[in-house]
Amino acid sequence: MKRRLWSFHGGIHPAQHKVVSTHLPIQPQRLPQRLVLPLHQHIGEPAEPVVKAGERVLKGQLIAHASGYVSAPVHASSSGVVTGIGEAPIPHPSGLSAPCIVIEPDGEDRWAERLPVENYRELAPSALRNIIREAGIVGLGGAGFPSYIKLNPGHHKSIKTLILNGVECEPFITCDDMLMRERAAEIRGGIEIIRHALQAEECLIAIEDNKPAAFESMRTAVAGMDRVEVVRVPTLYPQGSEKQLVRVLTGKEVPRDGLCLNVGVVCVNVGTAAAVHRAIHLGEPLVSRIVTVTGSAVGRPCNMEVLIGTPMNELIAQCEGAVERIERLIMGGPMMGFALHRPDLPVIKTTNCVLAATAADLPPVRPVMPCIRCGACADACPVNLLPQQLYWYSKTKDLDKAQEYDLFDCIECGACSYVCPSNIPLVQYFRYAKGDIWTREREKEKSDLARQRHESRQKRLEREKAEREAKRQQKKSALDAAATAERGQAQAAAAMQQAESRRDAALQEAEKRRGEGWPGRKDGADAPPRENDRESN
Amino acid sequence: MPLTTSTSPHVRSPASVTEVMLQVLLALVPGIGIYIWFFGWGLVINIVIAACAALVAESAMLMIRKRPLRQYLGDCSALVTAVLLALALPPLSPWWITVIGVFFAIVVAKQLYGGLGFNPFNPAMVGYVVLLVSFPVQMTSWLPISTFSSYDMSFLEVAAFIFGGQLPPGLTFDALTEATPLDTLKNNLGQGNTVTEIRAQLGLDDVTSLLLSVIPIFGAIGGKGWEWVNAGFLLGGLWLIYRRIIGWHIPVAMLGSLALISGAFALYDPEHYASPMFHLFSGAVMLGAFFIATDPVTAAASAPGRLAYGAGIGILLYVIRVWGGYPDSIAFSVLLMNMVVPIIDDRFKPRVFGHGRK
Ligand code: SF4
Ligand code: SF4
Repeated sequence: MKRRLWSFHGGIHPAQHKVVSTHLPIQPQRLPQRLVLPLHQHIGEPAEPVVKAGERVLKGQLIAHASGYVSAPVHASSSGVVTGIGEAPIPHPSGLSAPCIVIEPDGEDRWAERLPVENYRELAPSALRNIIREAGIVGLGGAGFPSYIKLNPGHHKSIKTLILNGVECEPFITCDDMLMRERAAEIRGGIEIIRHALQAEECLIAIEDNKPAAFESMRTAVAGMDRVEVVRVPTLYPQGSEKQLVRVLTGKEVPRDGLCLNVGVVCVNVGTAAAVHRAIHLGEPLVSRIVTVTGSAVGRPCNMEVLIGTPMNELIAQCEGAVERIERLIMGGPMMGFALHRPDLPVIKTTNCVLAATAADLPPVRPVMPCIRCGACADACPVNLLPQQLYWYSKTKDLDKAQEYDLFDCIECGACSYVCPSNIPLVQYFRYAKGDIWTREREKEKSDLARQRHESRQKRLEREKAEREAKRQQKKSALDAAATAERGQAQAAAAMQQAESRRDAALQEAEKRRGEGWPGRKDGADAPPRENDRESN
Repeated sequence: MPLTTSTSPHVRSPASVTEVMLQVLLALVPGIGIYIWFFGWGLVINIVIAACAALVAESAMLMIRKRPLRQYLGDCSALVTAVLLALALPPLSPWWITVIGVFFAIVVAKQLYGGLGFNPFNPAMVGYVVLLVSFPVQMTSWLPISTFSSYDMSFLEVAAFIFGGQLPPGLTFDALTEATPLDTLKNNLGQGNTVTEIRAQLGLDDVTSLLLSVIPIFGAIGGKGWEWVNAGFLLGGLWLIYRRIIGWHIPVAMLGSLALISGAFALYDPEHYASPMFHLFSGAVMLGAFFIATDPVTAAASAPGRLAYGAGIGILLYVIRVWGGYPDSIAFSVLLMNMVVPIIDDRFKPRVFGHGRK
């Protein structure tokens, strides 16, 4: 029986370029001279170093521990000596440096003691999650969200479906494809563990129909498992995006601001599942990952098992590059990846692809023409936004209007920019507009706070003045009373009453001010508020 | 090794504005070919005049506005405007009519508003309406289709008339021109004749009467060749949809609403209201539906908005045709709906993923 699939609006079919890197099996890697391990390779708080310069470390040894709930530890990816802890350039769109731990490998690649779990089924889900957390596993699909959080559905939510994301819809990237072809058993192991942790009823493994070998391999691997199904989905970008994939497989739409959890689904990348398997069954923390090294500048494009921290130019050299001039070096795919400023940046946990592109791979940016409102962008948008309107409002800095047109629902997939015949860099505008709105909200909060402080100070001064006045009156009336005994009693009482009521009014006013709180906090500190929660259907 | 940095996406689809415009021009070819077959060489000359005038006007304006000439001329949008306007003119329009129309279309309706993408009104239609209002006589003098004409003008004779106002000896302009089927229908209905009688008057040419026996709709509907021209544009339009150069929403909504409303009236009183087929295949309906109303710049943005926009044009078209002062009214309908576009855009936003429902 063929499984029913749903669809989402839009999507595009960029040229795939995938075959180039699937000729060779997953290749081993030569140990580099230096491993650079950034403390911040995931979403959330950076890790904190627990080693010092000069210390000897073994492969898999903890070198930085998680510093908060949303954080992940970092482990030495080979044995050697810590030569330094400090700022070093990291792969990031900003091109800036960030704290890293640098290790000089001793060439022995000797493991620290590994403690596999004998029987994970005896462990409570929380204990399992803890091991996964200690292993430093984050989402390997590219986002880098700490995995143990995803595997924690909370008390009240029951998970119906676990989705294994093997879609890999970006052009050029084939690391998940090769992983599924060669290490399907590891993925199966991961599925079992994750399902146990989540108590998920069923598991769907989604693979796009341009990866038939991976499909077969996964199907063989999971044969006989209860309620596990490998689902072939049509090739379409950006289907690998979580919410879109959930829609395709289950027909459910994850609500705006919501998580997959809200509809009883958890999505995990296939690479992450394999890492979970290794952490539990082999006791290996996340010290390596599969990376696609490709692009026309690479002589022998392939996938490699790479130690985290390996400089990318060494990988390119090992794949017989650069045979041609590298015009652009991209981490990730051509749709959502970012261009690097220099070639010697380290591979991090979220590096799925190193694309050494020549001018022919990624043609230069063409001149931007005016928007002709052709609507191609709206037709391509997987979120069903109107990018041409968003563009107009972002460009004219009409940020309220941009929010009204649901700017914050944009997943920055780039499908709109891709199809635009006028070559307008739409996503770039949206990123800027989002940034502007965040800045504006922060400033507004700041100024609101300052205004409130000022106002409450004013109120306090007024109140104090009123109190002094009341006291003075009191004294005066007391004196008066002594002098004119016949009218004294009544007058003093009246004065008291007046002063009291005046003070009460001042207090009340101050109380009201405090009770207001400050606006813009409803959606949490980071997310700007959306004024227009419009139900549009 | 210096690396170029750019922001994602790093790849772009090969489609460009120029390509979109060229595809539109290409899709016009079948309609234009049939047009020339039935109405003679005038259209070719008009297109050439319009194209030259458009390029000159566009270049001049771009220079004044200090825009890169090559880049903006290269988008070919001025050519599309020129050809659409030329198609809307009677085939024997004097050259200065064409030039004035193009001038208004390019300079006033397009460049003064800020150029491609910023014009709220369809430039070709603005040019057409300016001409229709200013020169009603020249704008409503249509040639009968060549097979019915008493005199078949040669290319040179047509050129002589367009450029010099010279008619071949012994011919008068009135003898050459004829009311369009839409005019005929309108006038005769006004005089109390019934649709059946009028249809008999319109007559059929050889090709269509032959086809009429096979496909009964042809020849009996738009009248004499017009349905063939419309069929040509329909073909080109379908190809554009197939190539995804235009969406289906506007043409379908426009033709659908026109068919529905004309169908309703024809059912109610077939002797006083022409059939939907007549309305769909006469005048500039197919040209309007696939090439004019779909002008992206001036149409509504979202898919539901486009349905409303197209439906609006279809209804206005019928209303003006039947009760208004002009026999055909694509230009007015499109321009009127252009005015409504901001409201439509505001009202018809698609449902964003993850909002409401489910
Ligand atoms: S695709 Fe580009 S030109 Fe077309 S409407 Fe969108 S932004 Fe405008
Ligand atoms: S980048 Fe945003 S607006 Fe553009 S297609 Fe993707 S989700 Fe839609």
